[in-house]
Amino acid sequence: MPRPMTLGEKMLAHAAGAKSVSPGDIIMAKLDLCLGNDITAPLAIQAFYRNKGKRVFNRRKVALVPDHFTPNKDIKSAEQAKIVREFAREQRILYYWDQGEVGIEHALLPEQGVVVPGDVVIGADSHTCTYGALGAFATGVGSTDLAAAMLTGKAWFKVPSTIKLVFKGRLPADVTAKDLILTAIGRLGVEGANYKALEITGPVIDKLSMEGRLTMCNMAIEAGAKTGIVPPDEITRAYAEPRAQRKPRYYFSDAAAVYERVEEFNVTAMEPVVAKPHLPSNVVPVSEVGNVVLDQAVIGSCTNGRIEDLREAAMLLKGKKVSPHVRTIIIPATPMIWRQALKEGLIDIFMAAGCIVSPPTCGPCLGGHMGVLAEGEKAVSTTNRNFVGRMGHTKSEVYLASPGVAAASAIKGRLALPREVRGSGWKQGVKK
Amino acid sequence: MIISGKVHKFGDDVNTDEIIPARYLNTSDARELASHVMEDADPRFPAKVQSGDIIAAGKNFGCGSSREHAPLAIKAAGVACVIAESFARIFYRNAFNIGLTIMESAAAAEARTGHVLRIDTTTGRITNVTLKRSYSAKPIPPFMQDLIAAGGLMQYVRKGKMK
Repeated sequence: MPRPMTLGEKMLAHAAGAKSVSPGDIIMAKLDLCLGNDITAPLAIQAFYRNKGKRVFNRRKVALVPDHFTPNKDIKSAEQAKIVREFAREQRILYYWDQGEVGIEHALLPEQGVVVPGDVVIGADSHTCTYGALGAFATGVGSTDLAAAMLTGKAWFKVPSTIKLVFKGRLPADVTAKDLILTAIGRLGVEGANYKALEITGPVIDKLSMEGRLTMCNMAIEAGAKTGIVPPDEITRAYAEPRAQRKPRYYFSDAAAVYERVEEFNVTAMEPVVAKPHLPSNVVPVSEVGNVVLDQAVIGSCTNGRIEDLREAAMLLKGKKVSPHVRTIIIPATPMIWRQALKEGLIDIFMAAGCIVSPPTCGPCLGGHMGVLAEGEKAVSTTNRNFVGRMGHTKSEVYLASPGVAAASAIKGRLALPREVRGSGWKQGVKK
Repeated sequence: MIISGKVHKFGDDVNTDEIIPARYLNTSDARELASHVMEDADPRFPAKVQSGDIIAAGKNFGCGSSREHAPLAIKAAGVACVIAESFARIFYRNAFNIGLTIMESAAAAEARTGHVLRIDTTTGRITNVTLKRSYSAKPIPPFMQDLIAAGGLMQYVRKGKMK
């Protein structure tokens, strides 16, 4: 009998062709997919050619997504995007998107069924851990690892130990997946899960939508984690199977699997939270943050740019105006989400409220374009990092929050709770 | 190899946005990246840093984005070695992959800007010449030593060792 394993360990064992693996083992794993974007892929492509690369190991297992500085923000970015485009054409990369088809990689790949449950994936982007929401093992690496993967189809891993997070209790109204993961990062700290995997479980997660799970796994890296994984269930199957480009494999942790530790969270008394500048672990309830006057609100990104996120914001913005001094930027994460938002009338709600609606791009999240902050400015953002200078000037500030908190704050002109802007027809404790 | 150099000290959780801000990520040119290295942590650093200098930092150095531009910029600026109390995972991996020398050691906690360190990368012995104190670095795992011996990950691949 092989040793009892977590689902993450099982996926790595399968990829390594081993019966079992243990934390600390160094393995050489066969990859189901490797990916890069317009910032990280050019370095990988250089390394690929420098090392006499002719063809990628499998053109169906490489994904290239120019999403960070696109639509090209300046000449240099255009040159970077061109390197990726030409490589994708030359190598006949199957999963390459351009023009009006490209979206934010970690929203696009799950949506298009390019990542499926059971996959072992590396991506030259730290938020590659997002795919753990599907029950995949996915982790962020650098460009050289991507180059090696494109050449060989393999990557080396040190098998991580696992911290199990268990979310219990009754989820209060307005407390979202974003609040759950920010609360967890607040407890773990930005280095708390360094080199480790998070297994995200519990009755609250069992009921959480795929969108919510993607939001949570997306931010595992902000606690330093190698990945965050949600065990697959009916919600996973219902999401993955209609769109899967390959056959999903479902892995489950053994009852006797060994965890480094278990962290329990009772959500019943939780409130919406924000992460204050300048660390994602600097988490406080919105009710205790005081009067933080804002210049900008951003609703989008690989963390919170999916259709549920836009609905959450639109419910609050409907029939209202955003504060005249808050530039409110809505960024649907993929073209499919954009069109869905259009169909549901959400885009109209945003426009009527005075928001700016952007094409899909990572843009302002990393201070690239489409909403860069000036000196002294403050933003509430549904993105994932609030480091010094992350969204612009080194003396600007970013408060990380859920789409509901961001929308309410945009209306109020200061950090605010959704209940502060909700109309009288809304019944406390009932969503939609 | 023996590295002997002057310390530039940074704190905890130095992230890759500070090491190389995203506004400069529209290029892959290492020298251009080096001209902005650590700019958002210390705007004067690119002008101050000299070839052979050492960066010392607290916990979780290199956290945040996976951008390999961060270790590349440090290496291209001539920094001989980064020592820290600990490193974030992706930065740690990237540094070995591209051949930037990094070490985890308590020496990082006590080093201050201007101190002179002498580092024996083979034995992991770190001497703070200014404080006249010696430390040992956390041993480098055997697999990482193989990577270093091969000359980085791409050389490792070229030697057919990626099996």
